[in-house]
Amino acid sequence: MARMKFLCDADRCIECNACVTACKNENEVPWGINRRRVVTLNDGKPGERSVSMACMHCTDAPCAAVCPVNCFYTTADAVVLHSKDLCIGCGYCFYACPFGAPQYPRVGNFGSRGKMDKCTYCSGGPEADNSPLQYAKYGADRLSQGKLPLCAEMCSTKSLLAGDGDIIAQIYKDRVAQRGYGSGAWGWQTAYRETIAT
Amino acid sequence: MATVCARIRIVVAAIALVLIAAMAAPVAAQQPTSVDPNAAAVKEQQLLQQFKRVQGLGSIPDTKSYVIEQPQGRDWRQYHEVTLPAVGTVAMLGMIVLLAIFFIVRGMVRIRSGRSGVDIVRFNAFERFVHWMTATCFVLMALTGLNITFGRTALLPVLGPDAFSSWSLIAKYIHNFLSFPFTLGVILIFFMWVGGNLPDRTDLKWLVQGGGILGRSEPAAYRFNAGQKIIYWIVVLAGAAVAVTGYLLMFPFYGTTIAGMQLAQMIHGTVAVLFVAIMIAHAYIGTIGMEGAFEAMGSGTVDLNWAKEHHSLWLEEQQAGSGAGGMRPHPAATPAE
Repeated sequence: MARMKFLCDADRCIECNACVTACKNENEVPWGINRRRVVTLNDGKPGERSVSMACMHCTDAPCAAVCPVNCFYTTADAVVLHSKDLCIGCGYCFYACPFGAPQYPRVGNFGSRGKMDKCTYCSGGPEADNSPLQYAKYGADRLSQGKLPLCAEMCSTKSLLAGDGDIIAQIYKDRVAQRGYGSGAWGWQTAYRETIAT
Repeated sequence: MATVCARIRIVVAAIALVLIAAMAAPVAAQQPTSVDPNAAAVKEQQLLQQFKRVQGLGSIPDTKSYVIEQPQGRDWRQYHEVTLPAVGTVAMLGMIVLLAIFFIVRGMVRIRSGRSGVDIVRFNAFERFVHWMTATCFVLMALTGLNITFGRTALLPVLGPDAFSSWSLIAKYIHNFLSFPFTLGVILIFFMWVGGNLPDRTDLKWLVQGGGILGRSEPAAYRFNAGQKIIYWIVVLAGAAVAVTGYLLMFPFYGTTIAGMQLAQMIHGTVAVLFVAIMIAHAYIGTIGMEGAFEAMGSGTVDLNWAKEHHSLWLEEQQAGSGAGGMRPHPAATPAE
């Protein structure tokens, strides 16, 4: 099986936010929750870069390690998913996550963090693939249909890459070799304990 | 003539152009063959080293999401997975083992001169209500809190994922809601007993002699001896610490960041497990550790001889202040039981 990863080529991201919109629409993400967001670093200054960030589906994921009820699981494609039936909304994954991926509906009212929501790599949750129940809880299950996450598929500049880690790393390497520069694979060292040598 | 002038102008213009081109050539040669737009670009490792996180500007209202990377969650994970369970296990099991050994060696501390059959009021109904309200909340919050740290290892394999999750959800609500009466209890305990718990000269002597439970002779003490004063201040200070850090965690991002909440959770967890260990000792002395101690918080009265042996100065104060007032015959003296 593949080892699915995200890679944002920050030198190509034009901060159009199409990935954010695509994600919200495809997955019917609850109000107030953004599974993916685009953040601009050094905004308006020389060397400005934009990075699209969501759950990175970490190797040895910290969220899964700290969950008190063990509601996370890793699929055969190395996608980190969780069960909203088991989640108790304690907030621990959100303390542990380096990327701010876990979010809770109704955050702020004491004791009432809802079931955690995060990027599923467009591959749903523990329910039957593409069932209405799965869609209602987790959103689209594109991966089981042989499709990649919509954020990456929609990316107009092909900045955001999704797919097997080795393949997207090679695409990025080729790009860097051809154009002569690259600001690196953002988040890879933290998420996967490796970077792409360019 | 006009044509000659025109030709001269063309020649001059041509020479001028050549000169300009010749002057411009070195300038063009200085420019790099390809521009590196990455030269001034932000670098991930540099940002992480400098600020410990990567933060920028976004276009959605949730400003917290503008932080895209903060790897210190890994340290917090280490604390949650290794440090806290280790500290908790050593503190709580260690305390239980120590108390068990102590109980085997020393046994229950008896009232040496036996029961007098006369009682004296030690804690009134309000004091006992506050004590037991706080104690009930403490026990339930300790169990539900320990469930978060140890439940996945100890209970999940027994109950199965669904039952354990349902229980943990209820436990979370118990933990959150009981924090309010618990905090109220700690505040009331502080004001109620602060007068009797300020350190004085008798404490040093009491501590040197190892208290009534360790030493052979009975050190004099007022209403609260040095050991009780230590327990009192632990309850007040540790109670305040767990309450403050707990509320910070219950209201995310009110005055905290993710890093702040990680720190709050670490303080909350560490103080809580040590608090539990100390309260185990407190419960031991108040029950099987010492004869005649439990009734102080049970019925609110203690035997006169118990008071004489453990709180002689307090007893003198009471007797001087109200004569024989507050004392009444022991109900258990009648052989009804």
